[in-house]
Amino acid sequence: MRQSATHGTIPRVGDSAYLPTAASAVPTAAPRVRHSVLVRITHWITTLCFFALLISGVEIVISHPRFYWGETGNDLTPTLFKLPIPASRALVPTGYGYALPDQNGWSRSLHFQAAWVVLLTGLLYTIFGLSTGHWRRNLLPGGADLSWRAFSAAFASHLRFERPSGAEAWSYNLLQRLAYLFVIFVLFPLVIWTGLAMSPAFVSAFPATVTVLGGQQSARTIHFFVSLALLLFLLVHVVMVWLAGFWSRMRAMITGRAALPMEQP
Amino acid sequence: MSDLSRRKLITTGFAATAGALGLGVAARLAQSYGLVPPDHSGIYGLGETLTYASQRLLTRHSLAREFRRSQISKPPFANEIPPLNEAYRRLQAGGFADWRLAVNGMVTRPAAFSLDQLKSYPSVSQITQLQCEEGWSYIAEWIGVPLSHLLQIVEVQPQARYVVYFSIDPDWWESVDMADAMHPQTVLAYGMNGDDLPVGNGGPLRLRLPRQLGYKNVKYITHLTVTDSLKGFGKGLGSASPEGGYAWYAGI
Repeated sequence: MRQSATHGTIPRVGDSAYLPTAASAVPTAAPRVRHSVLVRITHWITTLCFFALLISGVEIVISHPRFYWGETGNDLTPTLFKLPIPASRALVPTGYGYALPDQNGWSRSLHFQAAWVVLLTGLLYTIFGLSTGHWRRNLLPGGADLSWRAFSAAFASHLRFERPSGAEAWSYNLLQRLAYLFVIFVLFPLVIWTGLAMSPAFVSAFPATVTVLGGQQSARTIHFFVSLALLLFLLVHVVMVWLAGFWSRMRAMITGRAALPMEQP
Repeated sequence: MSDLSRRKLITTGFAATAGALGLGVAARLAQSYGLVPPDHSGIYGLGETLTYASQRLLTRHSLAREFRRSQISKPPFANEIPPLNEAYRRLQAGGFADWRLAVNGMVTRPAAFSLDQLKSYPSVSQITQLQCEEGWSYIAEWIGVPLSHLLQIVEVQPQARYVVYFSIDPDWWESVDMADAMHPQTVLAYGMNGDDLPVGNGGPLRLRLPRQLGYKNVKYITHLTVTDSLKGFGKGLGSASPEGGYAWYAGI
């Protein structure tokens, strides 16, 4: 807000595309705040934590790359599926004649520490999202966007890899909004829930958190698939940022500024 | 420097000072309420402390889930064990008649219990899950004497804070706080699924702690020590696990 404090007509953070009258009062090429400080900080902390969780999660899976459904599962029980990789434990029947080095100690510690940091970051972001109207303004699709026609138009435009218009560079389009909402309100809560449902002490206090999932091994399997879904989101997200203009988007998420020209309506 | 940035600087300074003071007070309070685990230092100390503190606040008295008899895993899974040492094999050859569980430390009446003595006390049975940090699990019926019963017999002194327990395998020793030691489901198990506890599952004596992962459930227990400080044990991190890179508190 350093600049905007002296500049009464600057629109509120993230508002720009939805406030054409206010936006038109701003010189078209002036650097403006695309992402608020809090969104930027929580975005990069989450990114860092996600990589820590991903790497440590992969290491933990390697110690037992077999998945089950229900309450229990071990080397003597049938699997739901197994990953065709060697394990870091000699006893696991993988078909490979060797075991990888055991990395579970630091992996588990890093996994839970990163989970704590991302959880607290998510809490801060949630308070921000609710109290500032960031979610309502920037993530919830507007009334007109919710039609089937708007959805298919946005979808078709994505399939043709059309570059976003100037206005789109200043806000999120429908597909982006739906993707972010799905990650924030479905995948993140689900990955936290299934993670906690694997903790023997946590479920002793809240047994329903694991029983409704069908058991502790079901929780582990769902945790794995939700993590895959988050990884898929990350890959698509990075490809989209690349297609939309990697450096300008990176600059917007790091400095908050974007010097993209505004498209006059 | 404008007024605005000076005001901002002062506000930030105040916020940072208040934050640092707040953290200091929080750390003091956490320490005095026993919410700080022995392995709180190091780069993962923050995570370990947050986990342990919140578990202590949420799950001090909660009971681990128990299962139906029909849910018992058949056959029970016995994890890989290192070759058992000479002392173990000698006791095994004698049918474990000479197996002793020594209890000492901050207790009024230190004692050594034979398996027959342990079996003469009122036994409990629980059908609970054993979960390994690797990801596998099994359900079994565990039969034994609650650790709290034994601690009453030897009369634990009021300043005691931890129970340290040792396997006959010198590399495997663990400790728990009094909340877990006195928990009704913390059991010195000598039986499993209606029979003696098999060697592969920790026979003749294993500590069952169903609210914590497998590695806290030490097999082949021979010795318990009650203490008010973990500093004198190993590297002072609480147990062998943190020395090998694993968390001391394993309820997660």
